[in-house]
Amino acid sequence: MKLYLKIWRQKDASTPGKIVDYTLDGVEGDMSFLEMLDILNEDLISKGEEPVEFDHDCREGICGTCSLQINGEPHGPDRLVTTCQLHMRKFNDGDTIVIEPFRAKAFPVIKDLIVDRSAFDRIQQAGGYISVNTSGNTIDANTIPINKYDADEAMDAATCIGCGACVAACKNASAMLFTSAKVSQFALLPQGQVEATERVQNMVRQMDLEGFGNCTNTGACEVECPKGISLTNIARMNREYLSATLKG
Amino acid sequence: MGILDSKIPSGPLADKWTKHKNDINLVNPANKRNIDIIVVGTGLAGGAAAATLAELGYNVKTFCYQDSPRRAHSIAAQGGINAAKNYQGDGDSNYRLFYDTIKGGDYRSREANVYRLAEVSGNIIDQCVAQGVPFAREYGGMLDNRSFGGVLVSRTFYAKGQTGQQLLLGAYSAMNRQINRGKIQAYNRHEMMDLVLVDGKARGIIARDLVSGEIQRHSAHAVVLATGGYGNVFFLSTNAMGSNVMAAWRAHRKGAFFANPCFTQIHPTCIPVSGDHQSKLTLMSESLRNDGRIWVPAKKEDAIAIREGKLKPTELAEEDRDYYLERRYPAFGNLVPRDVASRAAKERCDAGFGVNKTGEAVFLDFASAIERYGKEKALTSGIKNPDKATITKLGEEVVEAKYGNLFQMYEKIVDQNPYKTPMMIYPAVHYTMGGLWVDYNLQTTIPGCYSAGEANFSDHGANRLGASALMQGLADGYFVLPYTIGDYLSDDIRTGAIPTDSKEFEEAEQQVRERMEKLTNGSGIHSVDYYHKKLGKIMWNKCGMARNEKELKEAIEEISALRKDFWENVKVPGSIDSKNQELEKAGRVADFLELGELFAKDALHRNESCGGHFREEYQTEEGEALRDDENFKYVAAWEYKGEPKDAELHKEDLVYENIELKTRSYK
Repeated sequence: MKLYLKIWRQKDASTPGKIVDYTLDGVEGDMSFLEMLDILNEDLISKGEEPVEFDHDCREGICGTCSLQINGEPHGPDRLVTTCQLHMRKFNDGDTIVIEPFRAKAFPVIKDLIVDRSAFDRIQQAGGYISVNTSGNTIDANTIPINKYDADEAMDAATCIGCGACVAACKNASAMLFTSAKVSQFALLPQGQVEATERVQNMVRQMDLEGFGNCTNTGACEVECPKGISLTNIARMNREYLSATLKG
Repeated sequence: MGILDSKIPSGPLADKWTKHKNDINLVNPANKRNIDIIVVGTGLAGGAAAATLAELGYNVKTFCYQDSPRRAHSIAAQGGINAAKNYQGDGDSNYRLFYDTIKGGDYRSREANVYRLAEVSGNIIDQCVAQGVPFAREYGGMLDNRSFGGVLVSRTFYAKGQTGQQLLLGAYSAMNRQINRGKIQAYNRHEMMDLVLVDGKARGIIARDLVSGEIQRHSAHAVVLATGGYGNVFFLSTNAMGSNVMAAWRAHRKGAFFANPCFTQIHPTCIPVSGDHQSKLTLMSESLRNDGRIWVPAKKEDAIAIREGKLKPTELAEEDRDYYLERRYPAFGNLVPRDVASRAAKERCDAGFGVNKTGEAVFLDFASAIERYGKEKALTSGIKNPDKATITKLGEEVVEAKYGNLFQMYEKIVDQNPYKTPMMIYPAVHYTMGGLWVDYNLQTTIPGCYSAGEANFSDHGANRLGASALMQGLADGYFVLPYTIGDYLSDDIRTGAIPTDSKEFEEAEQQVRERMEKLTNGSGIHSVDYYHKKLGKIMWNKCGMARNEKELKEAIEEISALRKDFWENVKVPGSIDSKNQELEKAGRVADFLELGELFAKDALHRNESCGGHFREEYQTEEGEALRDDENFKYVAAWEYKGEPKDAELHKEDLVYENIELKTRSYK
């Protein structure tokens, strides 16, 4: 199929960017979206132009590196997939596709379609862990039984891949879904209880410092999340935050 | 013993590690604050090592090419992690895990290392649960297990089909705790370009900031390389696009021996190649072989009809199917080790029984599992005399709960519903058992340069068992390296910070710059991917699942010629002092073009078949691997001497005091 691509090109963080038009022929349905961009780049290199830079790594939907706002949607039109798992069979011959980086104040553009998501790392550094030493001197793993439903729910929250689609989907560029996924994972497990108060306070504080917006419960994040992280996590984080505040 | 000293402690096997920990030197907490360690790579091994080293008090700098440590390719491991907990009471023990791993590796790994791995395996699970890793649990609240290939017990712990992700996020969270304490400085989007040696010791690295293009000098008292495997030398593999051998290869060029490069794992259950545009291959977890049955049509005409779309696999009667693994290996059936399963798939496809358009695919069928689970579920749900539709519905629910994310992934890629029609799978390059040679302390042949995880060669011999990579990465990182490195660093407590203005750093930086300039100054005929794909084709066709002398010799010549062509004619647009993904790729492919040649040389010299290394000249009448313990019971460690074809072989003889060498049989 033949596609008309409108792609955001930006030299670096300090240079203004713009949309550039490309036409690409010979795209097949079995190609992933990123393989389509590979072909465009091969084409550009052979013409002596600089290829379009985009973030990607595992190309199997788990590392969270790939991003892209495709026709206004994070990770494109398909549900529950990352861009690397989006296949061209979801598009038609003659389609125009607009490809932009994830847009958020806290995610500055580095080059072309690549954004800086280190704000997510700093939120995790503020409290996304359990303070146990890693030298292995701990209790046997089966000492504390954990209810299967709680463990499964913790797992569902823990499957967040930190891609940032929730932020890109949100009109306020809020990082509540991302932050609440980690808070929830630990809130649901007995191991996470000890530091629950400090964790939620520190992570929320860092989230606000990074310049993410507030949550107004539109639910766009849940719709666009490639891993189906549930809004329930935000409710749980709000409850954790409230109880932490009451404890002081 | 030659120049390779494995430093295996004396004494009985089960006491070696404890004795060694008691014997080695320690660094006191106050002195640890004056010692710097660089960790390159932040996957399971690197992330875990960085966290524990920082926790012990060392100053740690981590480097990764990804934008965050959380994205390291350990994240893609699906099925699980082994540990000899014996929670199932099915007779498991440290010895059995040790024995299975040695046997699975076809008797080409070190007894002492593997026993230590088994010994600390239980600790890993304790550690991860304490860190909040949400492993799968049974209804009673206890941890659940499943079974993997090559073993007769259930010792694999898992978190749905995302075990690697959860363990990596655990290590990442441990790192974050130390970053928050100021004990780790994380350099993300940075790539190690070279290792710097001062007075023969590893004392730092040259790194490139991948965003600004800035070349930086970083010094330390020791350098840990935990940079993963080199499967991408095949271009198409299940590795991440960025996975590369650069750090290990740079160390090799500076004197670290490279061991057993030809020991590569071709994983039996991957999604088959769909076309020339393909950029990578996707694994379908080995855990699927717990419930999936592998088959091809028994008659060639049926295979042809299926290939042409005239016959559906579900229409084929039971007696017309060949469940070839169950037929050839009745004891282990569909759960034979990976090398055996891969070769058997290739054998059937080469014989003309392949089931997709290219004839390079076999079926992985869940119909009987769905029926079995459906009946069981109906029984436990109190449904009497359930009809077929109910059984199927219930069975599909059970299968979805176990493997839902894998089935979804398959459906997205292939556009077929694996609940209704069998999956199509074919082997693909997945893991590399070879890597930097290390002694018992995980130190390479360069003093102060350590290697952990897939980047080293140590524990898996010629074939790795499923769910053992995660175990080894975390064992090396959390529990082994943080102890053993102290022994070396105890000599450095008075050294003080290593200056970066020495001539050694100056020279290394200059070489890095010259190399990059050379890469951007090619005549510009072909892109980097053009060369990478060509290299991959040579590797897959001549150094893949079956190898022979003639083709390996051809491969060496072809790779050497391709490398020459690459340096003369590669096209790298853009500049070296800004973000430039093509330049990053070019540097990595340049090193693959050297490693590939050494790989072929190693495969050529090993005149036997063992594990993942199958030489067509050395097989039994039944087509099974024919090992030669008399002549090849050693680790082949290669010393860099200029061109890869000139590398010098050093042998570390493998001594088996606790295990009797046998022909590996899964029949």
